[in-house]
Amino acid sequence: MVSLALDQVGARYGRREILSNSSTPPIEGGALTALVGANAAGKSTLFRRIAGQLRGAGTVHIRGAEQADLRYMPQDTAMSAALTVYESIILALKQGGGGWRLSARELAAVDDVLDRFGIAHLSERQLPELSGGQRQAVSIAQTLVTRPKVVLMDEPTSALDLYRQYEILEALRRYARETGAVMILALHDLNQVMRSCTTTLALACGRVVVTGPTLEVLTPAMIRQLYGIDSRVERCSQGCPMMIVDGPAATTVGA
Amino acid sequence: MSSISSATTTAFAATDHAGSYRGLVARRLTILAGLAALLVLSVAVDVSLGPARYALPDVLRTIFAPGAAELQMRVVVWDIRMPMALLAVTVGASLSLAGAQMQTILANPLASPFTLGLSAAASFGAAMAMVLGVAVFPAAVGLMVPINAFAMAMAASLLIFGLSTLRGVTVETIVLLGIALVFSFNAALALLQYFASEQALSAVVFWTMGSLAKATWGKVAITAAILVVCTPLFMRRAWALTAIRLGETRAAAMGVPVKRLRLEALLLVSLLAAVPVSFVGTIGFIGIVGPHVARLLLGEDQRFFLPGAMLSGAVILSATSVLSKAILPGAVLPIGIITALVGVPFFAALILTKGRKAW
Ligand SMILES: Nc1ncnc2c1ncn2[C@@H]1O[C@H](COP(=O)(O)OP(=O)(O)OP(=O)(O)O)[C@@H](O)[C@H]1O
Ligand SMILES: [Mg+2]
Repeated sequence: MVSLALDQVGARYGRREILSNSSTPPIEGGALTALVGANAAGKSTLFRRIAGQLRGAGTVHIRGAEQADLRYMPQDTAMSAALTVYESIILALKQGGGGWRLSARELAAVDDVLDRFGIAHLSERQLPELSGGQRQAVSIAQTLVTRPKVVLMDEPTSALDLYRQYEILEALRRYARETGAVMILALHDLNQVMRSCTTTLALACGRVVVTGPTLEVLTPAMIRQLYGIDSRVERCSQGCPMMIVDGPAATTVGA
Repeated sequence: MSSISSATTTAFAATDHAGSYRGLVARRLTILAGLAALLVLSVAVDVSLGPARYALPDVLRTIFAPGAAELQMRVVVWDIRMPMALLAVTVGASLSLAGAQMQTILANPLASPFTLGLSAAASFGAAMAMVLGVAVFPAAVGLMVPINAFAMAMAASLLIFGLSTLRGVTVETIVLLGIALVFSFNAALALLQYFASEQALSAVVFWTMGSLAKATWGKVAITAAILVVCTPLFMRRAWALTAIRLGETRAAAMGVPVKRLRLEALLLVSLLAAVPVSFVGTIGFIGIVGPHVARLLLGEDQRFFLPGAMLSGAVILSATSVLSKAILPGAVLPIGIITALVGVPFFAALILTKGRKAW
């Protein structure tokens, strides 16, 4: 089984230290893990640090996989290249190496992610012609076509409609189950987190403040600390936990 | 899952995506073959045209059986027209490839040897030789102009290269620096022209118009050799170069060493652009149009885009060479003028009708 743990991890842009002293117990693969925190808390920065794009203190321990098995999906999905969706996914697949020719197996891998994320009908469309949500789905497919064992996705559902959010989170969950991959998703919608993610990391002001089972992390007290919002966590009529927003917290101001 | 999703899935289950992708690849190969055929045709017409009127069959016979041809025709075809026609091909291909990769690594549709100051630097170097008689390197008098031009173009691109190795330099900074270089070298050139003698001035003006008239087999061989060296180096990086067009972060997330790739490509591009520019003067337009034509026809998968950009650049410059002889019978107009005069409207029409999806 793949697992990932942070040990006193920090990160900086030039002189500015953004992330410091962040540690977690091993995060196990096979299910979705959420990374939550306010805007500018350092979620994207943490991802870049884990992906090796930023340097910093501490170590990222990955067990059961290599750095080459890691894929990071950036938050920004803008793509202006004159490529079709199909070509862009082939491209992602081919970065690992290999010549100009495409094997039947490679083409099958592309077909697989197209179907998995419901974008098969877009395969011949040009990237700049896609809608924001379509681009996000394509971006997810690009990230997973190599079947990575460690996956970091920066707000993978931010541009999706309600139905597609559900469908794609389900597809991601299935991917995690099938491959045993560690999948960390930065998410802003706490209801999505409660429904889909078994583990949650909470980040505040550049530090991982808590890591644990989602419902134990996302308590009203923690939500108030992270976002400055008063809320209740209740069960819907079908037993699914959900967060209900009451309003801005009276005492604390949002981070 | 839901009814919508199953409806979508069944509606498209019949489509064979891998199959239609193979179709796309076949279409692109056909387009490349078409461009190659067009190039051969254009070169043939180019060789058959000139102040001396020869029939195309006679010209072809002189090319394929030079021994049987009469001496004067052999000299005209082999020593004058062939080098010119082939230099148009190698220079067009080099400038267009250089422009294509500049646009790719700098994520800017306006990047080209022209807009990044290489042509302006070359003009200044050439003018130094023609006006002041100053050689950057000691060289034979006949070679002073191209060597000066090359040295200046190379210096400009190495300056850009050096700056882009600095920390925190973004692609925007590099492009802005290139534009600053254009203005600086143009100002320096104007200063030289201000003090130049009548005769030197006209030489400078003629040089900056761009011309294939000084073509020799040696120049053809040098430009071809540079292409032969650089093209495979770009081809080996085809997937990474294509990935860079998805954005720097995304490419890096896919494992592309973005910064190193950009520096390698900049070095190759400098060489590719500096030599042709020093031989033929300012033919700036090719470096922008060639890649854009290729992008419209073939997309940006470098497996097709790279040869496509070379072929379209070569076709455009070769066709321009034909036009430069055909417009005024008996005269050969400077090719730099024709590229801009004829090329710009053609280019505008192409972009406006095809629709600009990318960029
Ligand atoms: N390239 C950069 N250079 C300097 N500072 C940066 C850079 N990128 C981010 N920062 C700073 O780092 C801090 C954390 O940013 P980060 O993008 O990691 O936040 P985030 O948690 O992903 O926020 P969001 O939810 O808005 O995406 C912010 O204060 C931001 O200004
Ligand atoms: Mg972010």
